[in-house]
Amino acid sequence: MKWAALVVLALAPLAGMGNYPLHLLIMCLLWGFVYTSWAIMGRLGMVSLGHGAFLGIGAYVVVLLWNHAGISPWLGTPIALVLTAVVAFVIGYPCFRFKIVGHYFALVTLALTEVARLVIVALRDQTGGSLGATPNTALADSAWSLGALQFSSKLIWFYIILVAWLAGLWIWGRVDRSMTRLALEAISQEEDAAASVGMNVTRLKLGVTLLSALMTCFGGVLYAQYQLYVNPETVSGIGISLQIVFGAIVGGMFVRLGPTVGAAITLLLAEVLRLAIGHDVHGLDTTIYGLMLVLFIIFMPKGILGAILEALEKRRAAKTAAATA
Amino acid sequence: MLSVSDLTKVFGGFTAVSNIAFEVKEGEILGLIGPNGSGKSTTFNLISGALAPTRGSIRFGGEDIAGLPANRIAHRGIARTFQIPRPFRRLSILDNVALAAFYGHAEHPAREKAYAYAREVLKLVNLPSDPAARVDGLGAAGLKKLELARALATGPKLLLADESLGGLDESEMNQAADMLAAIRKERGITIIWVEHIMGVLMRVVDRCIVLDYGEVIAEGRPDEVAHDPKVIEVYLGTDAADVQKTVADRAT
Repeated sequence: MKWAALVVLALAPLAGMGNYPLHLLIMCLLWGFVYTSWAIMGRLGMVSLGHGAFLGIGAYVVVLLWNHAGISPWLGTPIALVLTAVVAFVIGYPCFRFKIVGHYFALVTLALTEVARLVIVALRDQTGGSLGATPNTALADSAWSLGALQFSSKLIWFYIILVAWLAGLWIWGRVDRSMTRLALEAISQEEDAAASVGMNVTRLKLGVTLLSALMTCFGGVLYAQYQLYVNPETVSGIGISLQIVFGAIVGGMFVRLGPTVGAAITLLLAEVLRLAIGHDVHGLDTTIYGLMLVLFIIFMPKGILGAILEALEKRRAAKTAAATA
Repeated sequence: MLSVSDLTKVFGGFTAVSNIAFEVKEGEILGLIGPNGSGKSTTFNLISGALAPTRGSIRFGGEDIAGLPANRIAHRGIARTFQIPRPFRRLSILDNVALAAFYGHAEHPAREKAYAYAREVLKLVNLPSDPAARVDGLGAAGLKKLELARALATGPKLLLADESLGGLDESEMNQAADMLAAIRKERGITIIWVEHIMGVLMRVVDRCIVLDYGEVIAEGRPDEVAHDPKVIEVYLGTDAADVQKTVADRAT
């Protein structure tokens, strides 16, 4: 069932999908990967509003190195990952060491993402400021360039991002089954008790934060190379950070496919509203979008997929209870 | 085994614990008693690393452990329970204890080993080791047992039992006291026991230390402490006769 669905998904673009639906599908998978990366730590009580910073580092560092130093994304990506690790450590270590949790942690990370956006805007001579930046094209006389990680074919991007998304789900599964996940749940509930039975709270939290940040950074690299355009508003700052959090929560951050479902729903909802309402009443589509997110979060705290799976589980339990009675 | 000297903790302008000194011998059960706010729990927090002392030394097995973080102290072989139980509420009872068995040892054991050990400890304290058993179903006595099981699962040499048994009825209290006695006897674990209610503690401990306003005011065998005029004045008051009777009953 699971594998059949995957095969259908992998073959879908070959069945002559239009460019626009394929683009939407790619975006669902790409944001699904990013939301999954966020939820790996978000579900464990560490609600970061700073993931825009990691996404921004991934997107901008690779593009800037390519444009200004001619460094290939293949080298730029590890550099961006190292930089992300440093930033995640610098912000994470003091937070975890001094027990900054919950809302305070969210606020600290919120500041981080704004710093990232402001730095991008301020360095406008290098970054293009609010106007964004385009990687110098390597596609002038060919359809693709492996060295520059640029492909004009959406199909290639679909498969690259499909693999990244699957890797993200695999990592989620590994974390989910680990003692580390249980330990971090324990820490999120009773930090002092967790330390008293030998857990190194700071190290455990840092570990999962680094993992989540690095994955998000990689998502930023993919986003920039696929879109061939980066903009401070779309890859860093409060807006994108909130979008990541909302998406993951709406889909269901406690289940593996929840963040992906969240990405698909928020993306499609935004598109449908935009197409249905258009720009006749300026801002109406985004207002409705925001309202619907609020309603989802209030009435479905476990997210859409989380709520559905829970209902199915209950029905199955009721059935087996009826069968044994 | 444990030697505390000159231990002091100041919070702002308030001295919670002042120049405390005492020793714990291997294999004994030491009672740490005193009125509310006398510094018992602070002393525990200092020894277990939840708080760093302002001054003083805590030597465990010959090494100074004062100021080490809680997780490293757990690895050295000191486990604690909390006065108000702090279970990991959204995990199963088994996971609660298995986490302690896994992370409580500096070299993390294999996962299956940790779970096997957790089951063994849960059996010892009479809690269900079924993975479906949730913390929500536990009453006050059950939560106390879970605290104890979690501490024991770290494989301690010294157990700091912060047992405010106030929420339990008399038979539950006696059960808890017997369990501590059994743990010492069967596992050879040294115990420091903090308690408000003296009667039940006096039945089991070898020696007592009485704290008042962050200072040690008396130390000795239960019968000595129960007849100490200073202890009667600040702490036992009208209960003195009851406590003295408990101690006398124990001797016979």
